[in-house]
Amino acid sequence: MDNCGKTMKKITALFFIFTLVTGCASTQVSLYDELGGKETVAQIVDNFIHEIEFDKVMFAYFAESDIERFREKLNEHLCFLANGPCAYTGDTMQQVHAGMNITESDFNHGVDLFIAAMTKANVPHTVQNKLLAKMVPTRKEMIYL
Amino acid sequence: MKKRQYPALVLFRAGLTLLALHSFSTHAADGKLIATAGLSQIEGSGGGGIVPWATISGYDSRDQISAGAVVTQVDVDDYRLTMLGASLSFYDNVEVSIAQQRFEIKGAGIDIKQNIVGLKYRLYGDVVYSDWPQVSVGMQYKHLEDPTVASAVGSKNSNSGTDFYIAATKVHLGAIGGYNAVWNLTARATKANEMGILGFGGVNNDSYELMLEASAGILFSRNIAVGIEYRQKPDNLGLGEDNWTDYFISYIPSKDFNLTLAWAELGTIAGASGQSGLYLSLNGQLW
Repeated sequence: MDNCGKTMKKITALFFIFTLVTGCASTQVSLYDELGGKETVAQIVDNFIHEIEFDKVMFAYFAESDIERFREKLNEHLCFLANGPCAYTGDTMQQVHAGMNITESDFNHGVDLFIAAMTKANVPHTVQNKLLAKMVPTRKEMIYL
Repeated sequence: MKKRQYPALVLFRAGLTLLALHSFSTHAADGKLIATAGLSQIEGSGGGGIVPWATISGYDSRDQISAGAVVTQVDVDDYRLTMLGASLSFYDNVEVSIAQQRFEIKGAGIDIKQNIVGLKYRLYGDVVYSDWPQVSVGMQYKHLEDPTVASAVGSKNSNSGTDFYIAATKVHLGAIGGYNAVWNLTARATKANEMGILGFGGVNNDSYELMLEASAGILFSRNIAVGIEYRQKPDNLGLGEDNWTDYFISYIPSKDFNLTLAWAELGTIAGASGQSGLYLSLNGQLW
């Protein structure tokens, strides 16, 4: 059928372009450099902790946490996730979040706060998305444990 | 004689009602990233504008229930379609929707009303977080209030019909130059002529056919999405029914409200060719 063939062509073309553009998006500069390195990451983490302190839902999860250790390990972890020159020396995500029983909606609320922390650190929208993409796989190691 | 109703006024009134209803709600579900819950499509299901997606409408997470309402108008050369819809979503897993479409033949004083009940079930995944796309199956039961026009154009069933679909949707964070991208593919088994407005089945064909539908979009910020949609349609009546395309821009200022403006190219409808025009949709989450 001519009609069907045309549709298939259009859809195939759509996805071809999509894949092409996605493939071209890789760069030589590491995401860590794009973020602005150590300073910006430290600022994101500081902002995030600040957001948590003033958030009832999130603060409950951190009530018994050692904030200074959290600050240090989150800096390391973000640097590591962004392909920066760091090793993550903290516990696994599962160990850290075990017993907290973080719900999906609270997790997403945390993501909203993290986005706010990045915005306040003047991280551009596109770089924010790239960092979020690196963090996505950690969700299954954090919720409902 | 029917009292003349101004569609723009209907739209405006519905918008006000939506806002009023919203002011009563205290805590809206917000368990998804902004702009990843999708919109409500022209038949009331969670989706894009003309294509149902795998997304469950509303920002409910697996612990939440959400409710939303939508009002949409498509105004093309010879026709105008106004849709009012509402949906309930349970635990980001099941979506129930109702919609009423009022299809107006301009200058002829003819209104065709169709009521649609939709049901969607998420089979797999999370549109953002799973490795593979979110996949859902759904159905849309459509019932025409008056069979006159549908039977006059030669439909085999002028009362009601049901569409079945399977949809896959994925958001890729930072995928295109750092911008988030979304795509959707839907396969729909249908007998509907012009979504059911002109009945179901016809002289050319009276059995279910598989139609492909697709959407692709880019999120230029947390609040702006731009994209294209395509919907293949059968030509059961032999009236040259065309496939549909739209180009949309959505403004999503908060998880509670969004507005979509699109250019819809609907081709030939009931023999009248080149039907194009504006599509406007207001979407609200009540809780």
